[in-house]
Parts: sequence; structure tokens; C-alpha cells
Amino acid sequence: MDVQRKRQVRLFVALGAALLLATGLIYTSFNASSEARQPSELTDAVPGKSYEMNGRVVKGSIEKSEDGIRFAVKDRDGSGEALPVTYSGVVPDPFREGREIVLTGTVENGVFVGERDTLVTKCPSKFSEKKNQ
Amino acid sequence: MIICVAVIEHAFLTDDFSFSVVASHSSIDTPTFYKVTAMWSSQEGSLLLWAFILSIVSTVSLAATRHKLRDLVPWATAVMMGVAVFFTGLMLLGGDVNPFETLAVVPVDGSGLNPLLQHPSMIIHPPMLYTGYVSLTVPFAFAIGALISRRVDAAWIKSTRGFALIAWTFLSIGIILGSRWSYTELGWGGYWAWDPVENASVMPWLITTAYIHSIMVQEKRGMLKVWNVSLIVASFSLALLGTFLVRSGVLQSIHAFGDSTVGPYFLALIGVVVAGSTWLIISRLDILRSERKIDSLASREAVFLINNLLLIALCAIVFWGTFFPLISELLTGTRSTLAAPWFDRYTTPVAVILVLFTGLGPMLSWRRISREGAKRVFKLPLVAAAIALVVLLVFTDAADSFWALLVFTLAPFTITALIQETWRAARARQKATGKSMPSSIWQIATRNRRRYGGYTAHFGLVVLLVGVAASSSFETKRDIELTPGQSATLDQYEVTYVAPTVSRTDQAIVFGAKLQVDRDGQAFATLNPTRQYHQVTDGRPRGIASYFEGEATSEVGLRAGMFTDFWAAVEPETSDIQRRAEIADDRFAAYMREVVQPQIRKDPSLIGPISDQLAEVQNLATGKIISGYAEPGADSMVTIRVIISPMVTWIWIGAVIAILGALFAAWPSGLLRRRKGSSA
Repeated sequence: MDVQRKRQVRLFVALGAALLLATGLIYTSFNASSEARQPSELTDAVPGKSYEMNGRVVKGSIEKSEDGIRFAVKDRDGSGEALPVTYSGVVPDPFREGREIVLTGTVENGVFVGERDTLVTKCPSKFSEKKNQ
Repeated sequence: MIICVAVIEHAFLTDDFSFSVVASHSSIDTPTFYKVTAMWSSQEGSLLLWAFILSIVSTVSLAATRHKLRDLVPWATAVMMGVAVFFTGLMLLGGDVNPFETLAVVPVDGSGLNPLLQHPSMIIHPPMLYTGYVSLTVPFAFAIGALISRRVDAAWIKSTRGFALIAWTFLSIGIILGSRWSYTELGWGGYWAWDPVENASVMPWLITTAYIHSIMVQEKRGMLKVWNVSLIVASFSLALLGTFLVRSGVLQSIHAFGDSTVGPYFLALIGVVVAGSTWLIISRLDILRSERKIDSLASREAVFLINNLLLIALCAIVFWGTFFPLISELLTGTRSTLAAPWFDRYTTPVAVILVLFTGLGPMLSWRRISREGAKRVFKLPLVAAAIALVVLLVFTDAADSFWALLVFTLAPFTITALIQETWRAARARQKATGKSMPSSIWQIATRNRRRYGGYTAHFGLVVLLVGVAASSSFETKRDIELTPGQSATLDQYEVTYVAPTVSRTDQAIVFGAKLQVDRDGQAFATLNPTRQYHQVTDGRPRGIASYFEGEATSEVGLRAGMFTDFWAAVEPETSDIQRRAEIADDRFAAYMREVVQPQIRKDPSLIGPISDQLAEVQNLATGKIISGYAEPGADSMVTIRVIISPMVTWIWIGAVIAILGALFAAWPSGLLRRRKGSSA
């Protein structure tokens, strides 16, 4: 095999492998991802499917339960029906009533069950360099 | 530029709340140290910092090249000036980000700096990252200058590689400080979370790493010219993207500045940079042709190329994951996000292969390695890897995690290779000069700073990756609820919640837990993780309950060791104290209404003494109420998060080694020496 041809084959193999890997990456990313929704858009949620919920914690709704906390969320702008949420595990430092949160979990019987360690609280201040999970 | 920074800093230091940026990010009782640094905690101030650093970096770069590259430098200067004009223009015209914006009504006190940011590493973290981002402007500007002036030989690279190295060093310092801060300051317990803004900092880092390697190929072999200019354009664009991402509110990040109006401007700049550079590269393709082709896969240039591809693959993965919410919204109409496990799954294999390449690169020679040469350099490292593998399989349960086992096996391979290369060179030198071994090593290292700085950086990175592999694969993490006196068992550790603790600072009340940790029945550590509750500082009268409405920050209890970190954070149950504080506040308010206010109305001169008295009373009441938390019998329940993870310390040590290596390589005296003729 001459050098030129060998080079071409090599390039072809490399490109093929890269393409294959990229396809795999793209394909799995759609499977592994969870849909981002606000509380009001979770009324028709598929039970057992994982969603990333982005809402605002309703004032006066946080209470301690036997294995974690319960609270309610509304849409980010404070509108819509309140959605009850349960979460177990340590809550991030800035978690407060009235703040915006992002939480991954599933909807079971109308209650959003948060997955441990996925609670993220956004900070209300203008600049908030923090990443509490 | 310097004057601008001086004015703003002066305003911060003198509590001049007529500047809105000062009013919203500082306060009279903010410690002086933090007043200085509060500047870059704001959107406006951070843009000013960007421009400020840029002005310094460009001045230095122009001074360094003042006698060289005469036809190229004017263009490079124009590019740097263009970027500077963009940032200054943004601050002046971009709507809400003018740092000199003044407030019509001057408040008495500012709202203070977010307490979470009042931490030493937060002071240096942003300027470090920014210096890293900004330093990338220099090689970028010179690359553009080289393209425009059609001087695409390695001269521009030689003049700016120092800046690329400096950018790399600062980015590394910035990233590692951020993760150190997150590990010790957040009650979460991780050092990396694949948060969009973290990703935004690591993407330019990866590409800059690739660039630092590939420019060597152009210098030595005249290849990869298109590749190099593309890489530097990519790193600069990613650096801009990073700066933009923090400010745009486009992606869900907890880092984000609130939504702001500067987003479109940044996108426009990135668009111009990418489109303009691409056009330039394409129009200059004829002169960017390689002078040579790769001779063999078993050569250093081939390994560098593969390492480049791996780094870019890594960056592409991170990019895809970070922007997946936008991509998926575009493709399917619904916004979906990818979580940390996805990132881990794809980045781990690539990172592991890179460990191998940090050793392969230094081992192979340029052009082609002979069979005998290969035998000679591969023997020892392979033996080391084999021994490590056997030891790991027999004596540890490292085999539980395939990737971790692979890292632990490849690490000795790479480290042996690095030591062997250094040893051989030093040995030859020793034979030639007859000096002692240490002085020979020092001589070869100082004569070729770039190479041995690089080896050191490789060594540090391998140590770091071993730490990452060990701590991420073999950590134990549990949240446990305890009342005083109770204990819990995790692995071979027993944690006892000895007693609640309580204290006060000027700005916060602090609840904590005294923990006694035993290992295999032996006393191991006493930890005191706490959570601080900062009072709301918004200028209104402050009640006791307001401590629970402000920010809360964790102070982690950490027993760090060479092989195991025992990490604990506490979440106290405060509802009881909170209730008592509210009752006290109500009583206090009633007393104000019924007794104090009528008195003051009768005699306004009493206002001073009475408010002093009241402040004293409130102070005493606060003390009394919070001390209830630690009273015997209060049975304050706490949730304690315990993380036992091996070898986290290696991450910090590895990072320090890598950064020292980079500094050694970038040290100016090395540049001077190279100018005289000797080179890598």
C-alpha cells in the first residue's frame, strides 16, 4: 500500500470513529437528560419520568417531616397552583422561603419527590457566585 | 483605567454609598479587607476588572515585543485595543453596568457583601480567572496580527507563548481555588459539580492546554499551523463565552449574576470574533500549509496531535453538556438538562487516556522513535505499572472501580517515565560536567525550563487525577440525624454528637455541633462544623428573627489527611429558636409602640440615649435566646452530612505542583535565555 493511500485509510478510520462516538454521545444525551419544567407545567407529568423542576418556594410552606422536609413551589414569577414537594437530605445553605430553586425528581400522586442531592437554590442577590447542591 | 479602578476602590473604602455599586455590595461594617475585593463581586466592577487587567496585559505584551515583529504588532495592538474598547464601551453605554452609576438618594449604609463571598479564596479566585481569560487575548491578538500581515511562521508563537502559559497558570489557579472554596465552604461537600460556570472556566483551560502543546509542534516541525490559530481563536472565544455565561442568565446556574442587558453585546462580540477569525483563516489557507507531514504514529508530534484531539473531545463533551438545554430546546422544543453523572460517564474515559499521554509525550522523540529506543524507554514504566496493578489487586479493593484502577495503574507508568527522562538527561550532564546529581538536575532544568516545567506540570496533574479518581470512586457519604449524646457508625468510623455549640460574631449568630470521631475505637478527631446565620442587611430595623431571613453559610469540620479526609457539615434544627426570636421581636415592637414612641414624642432629645439602651437590650435578648440552643436538655437535633473520601488532599497537592511547574516554565529569565539561542 502506498503512503498516500495509507494516510487516506487512516483519516477515514479516525473520522469514522469520531463520528460514531459523537452519535453515541448525542443519542445518550437525549436519553439521560431530564426535561426542565416549571411547576404549572408539571400537572400532566408522566409518573416515574424524571423532570428538572424550576420554581419558587411558597412563603410559609416549609415544614420538617420525619425523613426530610416538605414545602410547596409555584412558578418562578409566583403564579400558578402550588405544587407540594418532598425532599430528603441536607438542604443547601441559601435555601429559604420565597427563593428560586431547581430540583430534579419525579411526580408521584401529585407530589414532586425530589431526588437527594439535586436541590439547587438560586441566590436573590445580584451577584451570587455560589453552587450549593 | 488605573484611575477608574482607583476611584471605585476609594469609594468602597470610604463607604461612599452614592455609587450604586458600592451601596449594593458593601456596607459600613463590611471588613476593610472585603471592601477592597467587593469591587469584583459586582457585575459592573467585574467588567471594570476585565478591562483593567487587559490594559496591564497588553502593555506588558507590547513592551515585550517592542523590537520584534514590526509588521505584525500594529495589527495585534489594534485587536487588543478593539477588545478594550468593547469592554469600556459596554460599561459606558451598555445600560445598567456602568460602575460609575450614582444613586439619586444616597443610602446611609449599603446592603453588604454576600457573606458567602467573604472568604479568602473568593478574594483571589475571580481576579485569577479573569487574568487567565484576559491573558488569552494576547496570543489571540498576535495570531490575528500574523494572519493579517501574512507572517504565519512560528515567530508570533514564540513571542506570545509566555502569555499562553501565564493564561494557563492563572486559569488553573482560579479553577482550583474555586473548587477548594466549594469543598471547604459549602455544606455540600464536593469540589466539582459540572455547573455551567465551572464548565465555562474549564473549557478554555482544556483548549489552552491543547494549544500549549500543539504550538511546540509548529515551532519544531512547522506543522499544524491552521490548527494552532484555530485553537487560540477557540480558547479566546470560550473565554469570552465564559465571561458572558456568568452574566446572561441563559443557563440555569447558581453562579449567575441576575439577568442583565449585556448579554446581546457579548454574543455580538463572540460572533464577530468567530466569524472574523474563520474568514481570516480560510483566506490565508494557502500560506498556512504544513511544511512537513507526520512521519510516524510513534513520534512525539503524533502523540501531541492525539493528545490535542483528546483535549478537544473533552472540551466538546463539556460544551455539549453545558449547552444541552439550549440545543434540546432548539431541536425538540423542550428544554432538557444533563446532570453530573452524564458528564462523569463521558469525561472519565478521556481523562484516563490523557493520564497515559502525559507520560507518552515526554517519552517519545520527535519524528520517529526507533525500536531499540522504544524498548529502552518503555521498560521501566511498564514494569512500574505492572507492579502497581498487582499490588492494587492483591492488597486493595481498587478493582471495584474499573476506571479508578486504570488511573492507579497508569499513574506509576507516567510518573516513572517522567522521572526516567529527567534522570537520563541529568546523568548525561553529570558525565559531561562531573558535577553532583542534584546540581546536574538543576542545571538541565534551568537550561530548558519549558521542558522540565512541563514535566513537573504533568507530574502534578497525574497526582491530581489520582486524587480525583480515588475520592470520586471510593467516597462514603451519609446524612445522619442525631441528638446530643447519640452516635452513628460509618465504615470503621464512629461519629458522636457530643454537644451543640453556639456563638456570635459581629454579623452573625453561629450554631454548631461538637463531634467526636473515633476510628476503630481510637480517638481520631474532634470536629466543630457550624452554620452561621447572617442578619439581613437591607437598612430596615433589624429584629432577632432577621438572622434567619438572611444568608446562612456553613463552616465545614474537616480532618484532612494524606489518605483520608473526614468531612462534616451540620444543619441545625432552629425552628424552636426562631419561634422564640419572633415572640421576642413582637414584644419588642409592642414596647416600642406603647412606651418608647410616646416618650420620644414628648421629649425628642431622648432619642439618642433611648436607642442606645434599646440596642443594648436587644443585644442581651439575642444572646439569651440563642444560648437556649446549647442549654442542657434542649436536645437540639441536627442533621450532619458526613463524607469520608480518600486522597482528596492529593488534588490540592497535585494542583500546586502543576502550577509551580507552569510558573517554572513561564519564568521570564527562561524567556531571556531562550532568546539567546538555546531552546527546548
